[in-house]
Amino acid sequence: MTLSATSEIRVQDTPVRGITALPLHHHGSHEGHTSPWPEWFQHDQQKAWDLYESLPMPKRNDEPWRFANLKALDLSGFQPATPVQDEAALIARSSGFADLAAKLIFANDAVIHRDVTGLPAGVLLLPLEQAATEHEELFQKHFMSTEARLGSKKFAALHRARLRSGAFVHVPKGVVIEQPIEIWHWVEGENAAIFPHTLIVLGEGASATVIDRFVSSRDERSLALAVNDLTLGANSRLSYVGVQEWSDKATAFHLNTTEVQRDGLSTALQMNFGGSYIRGESDSHLLGEGSRSVMLSINPASGTREIDQRTFQDHFSPRATSDLLYHNALADSSRTIFAGLIKVEEAAHETDAYQKVRNLMLSDEAEANSMPGLEILADNVRCTHGATSGELNEDELFYMLARGIPPKQAAQLIVRGFFGTVLERLENEGLQTHLGGLLDRKLNL
Amino acid sequence: MSTETKPDIDIDRSVGDFRYEMEYAYDAGVGLSEATIDYISDVKDDPDWVRAFRKEGYRKFLEKPMPTNWATKDLENIVFENIRYYLSQGQVPKRSWDDVPDDIKKTFERLGIPEQERKFLSGVEAQFDSEAAYSNIKAAVGEQGVIFVGSTEGLKEHPEIFKKWFGKVIPSGDNKFSALNSAVFSGGSFIYVPPGVKVKHPLQAYFRINAQNFGQFERTLIIADEGAELTYMEGCTAPKFETATLHSAVVELVAMKGAKIQYITVQNWSSNVFNLVTKRGLAHEDAEIKWIDCNIGSRLTMKYPGVVMKGKGARGEVVSIALSGDGQHQDTGAKMIHAADNTTSNIISKSISLGTGRSTYRGMVHVPKHLKGCKNNTECDALLINTNSRTDTYPAISVRGQGNAVQHEASVSQISSEQIFYMQQRGLSEAAAMSLAVNGFVNDLVQQFPMEYSVELKRLIDLEMEGSVG
Repeated sequence: MTLSATSEIRVQDTPVRGITALPLHHHGSHEGHTSPWPEWFQHDQQKAWDLYESLPMPKRNDEPWRFANLKALDLSGFQPATPVQDEAALIARSSGFADLAAKLIFANDAVIHRDVTGLPAGVLLLPLEQAATEHEELFQKHFMSTEARLGSKKFAALHRARLRSGAFVHVPKGVVIEQPIEIWHWVEGENAAIFPHTLIVLGEGASATVIDRFVSSRDERSLALAVNDLTLGANSRLSYVGVQEWSDKATAFHLNTTEVQRDGLSTALQMNFGGSYIRGESDSHLLGEGSRSVMLSINPASGTREIDQRTFQDHFSPRATSDLLYHNALADSSRTIFAGLIKVEEAAHETDAYQKVRNLMLSDEAEANSMPGLEILADNVRCTHGATSGELNEDELFYMLARGIPPKQAAQLIVRGFFGTVLERLENEGLQTHLGGLLDRKLNL
Repeated sequence: MSTETKPDIDIDRSVGDFRYEMEYAYDAGVGLSEATIDYISDVKDDPDWVRAFRKEGYRKFLEKPMPTNWATKDLENIVFENIRYYLSQGQVPKRSWDDVPDDIKKTFERLGIPEQERKFLSGVEAQFDSEAAYSNIKAAVGEQGVIFVGSTEGLKEHPEIFKKWFGKVIPSGDNKFSALNSAVFSGGSFIYVPPGVKVKHPLQAYFRINAQNFGQFERTLIIADEGAELTYMEGCTAPKFETATLHSAVVELVAMKGAKIQYITVQNWSSNVFNLVTKRGLAHEDAEIKWIDCNIGSRLTMKYPGVVMKGKGARGEVVSIALSGDGQHQDTGAKMIHAADNTTSNIISKSISLGTGRSTYRGMVHVPKHLKGCKNNTECDALLINTNSRTDTYPAISVRGQGNAVQHEASVSQISSEQIFYMQQRGLSEAAAMSLAVNGFVNDLVQQFPMEYSVELKRLIDLEMEGSVG
């Protein structure tokens, strides 16, 4: 199979004709440009494409896709995104957290803005293709180094094959960045497909806060196949927030891998405000002794949105802690799926692992599916998990109604409080306030 | 509990581990084909609809894949061609203990069945390989119109009740093993309790596998008519053979309006039995079905008793204790299907993993659209004794709409060293302290079993705990 022979690449029952038709590199040589990626990476992408084609589509009986609406996985009809029309307008719209150390803006997988003036010396915030060329060793070591284990191996391969750019964050040993780094990923164009990527590598004792923002430029149907890899060295601290505001017609995959070394602390929050179909996979590897991973998610679901989240808390070392808290509020005919697994490997004694999903049912048409799982192969562990589904608290509602708050607003206030308990887990108070304000706006409060 | 009671325990352990050389009058041979099914149907003189039902089951069995996409790969070690699907001495159960052939009698006497019956049980049905060898029901209960017979007798003599519910709670194609059972079922109980009759004492059945490479496929159907109440207990044993044995039962319960059924199982198959059982109850309005399930034996058990709450105000409950010793895998759980308003279900599961044992909880709770006032509570607690023990929890909970409350909680823990230390300070050996702690862990559930079962359970736990410390 040659690089240019894309039109011959056909695998039966692979319904991604639109994707198949796109050239391997947007700036590929046959278009008269030179690829910004090193040759070895282009070769790597070809292999990823072959893998993508060889892997079967998820089937109804596949446990990682239980309860999922497989029809949403038909990616035919999506085309590779072409350059956006008005970069300046998107840059102007990229207004998020006020006090930033750096900002990087992508539109349809191309960098349109980069401001790194507030970064301490030695910190890298680069487009991935530049990192692959200039910091090959670092890139090779950390870029998609672990397999997607929660069902989306095929889609991770597609991401790798079709990747055009992305953010590379490297904070060297001992460097602490006080303000957050904000990375914007815009998609524009009917049926446009983008492949956002954020790779964060923290050296020993380093500390950083990174906000990924995923936004649709217009109310259009689009595909985002996003990957983020968080790599934490010993004693490092990372706060990561993904704020997803795709259009209500969007299909999106958000695939995460987090690796934490000795005494490192990762706190990752995913907020899902948009999308028609959202598949999230969060895979935490507690690799070092005393490592910690806090996994949070806030999911206001409405309309016919389906939010399908699969998580893995994999404990390899003793005395590590993982703590997962997912809150779903389901309105209209929305649907959520949560499948989480805590696995305590044989050597991981004195593990503390917690997992909690709460579903707040706001409508008779909504559906919540929960599969909280445990696999414990070591002893002397403390593991608990819980899943609850319930409705608005009558007493709380009554209290507010009695004080003249209209019913709809009272319900929204309760939902706000329900999500607030997840936000409180973030350590950065400024970030809490900022995201709280965003929640207020989304809930019309 | 402590070492002083050890002699008793040793006797208990050997209770089921013996076998007699039998000359079987009917033997369907090894392997499964349409001919095997015809042979069984001929021997049993099945009505045509039963023969058709078996063939349909066989077809579905062949169609269905092994559920290894979610279940253990150990299932692949079942060699269906090597199994004997039907063995019996004579297909008519005896009514008096004296009529039972001596060798079968010896087996059951060793298990203590008539003795138990004399003590207090309302009726006993004892199944030896494929067929019921002995069945009796106390006159007092019979006079109330209670029917307690084997499934073969039930389908022939009470077709009007039998046919109405048979295969309705668990369709033959429910899973591969229910399909297999539908094809080759033999034995098991048929019970009908008329409206308003409350059976005071438990009805009881014993299942025993005596032959090597034998598969036991009993089929039980219990119907409690309006306002009736019944408790049913089953126990199972098998001797240890060189090769694996298969037990694949189907148990269907029907509780009509306001009826109550309690079904108690103490499973102590020998450690080479694949125990793959489908159990489900259908609860009509205000009815209550409770499964009390204890799994101690077998190599692999896969069993998820379920309740379909079809009528308003129906209630389902599963109380489950699993003990997985070296080389054992207890894959147990519960299924709660809410299909009417104001239905409530409760699942309490406790498992203990010892040595290389593995305990798995698998649960399903389903609340479909437009129901109100449904409640489910699920609690799973797992105890790990050794460093190489394993436990898993895989619940699946689906809730549609508001107005329902569902909660699931699970925890995994160890026996704290402080607890053990405290008891050792007071003169208990480490093993005795461990046993005491484990018994404490399951004590609240063990209390729900009838007296002699709870005593037996405690002994079995002590026994399994032996040598597991350190």
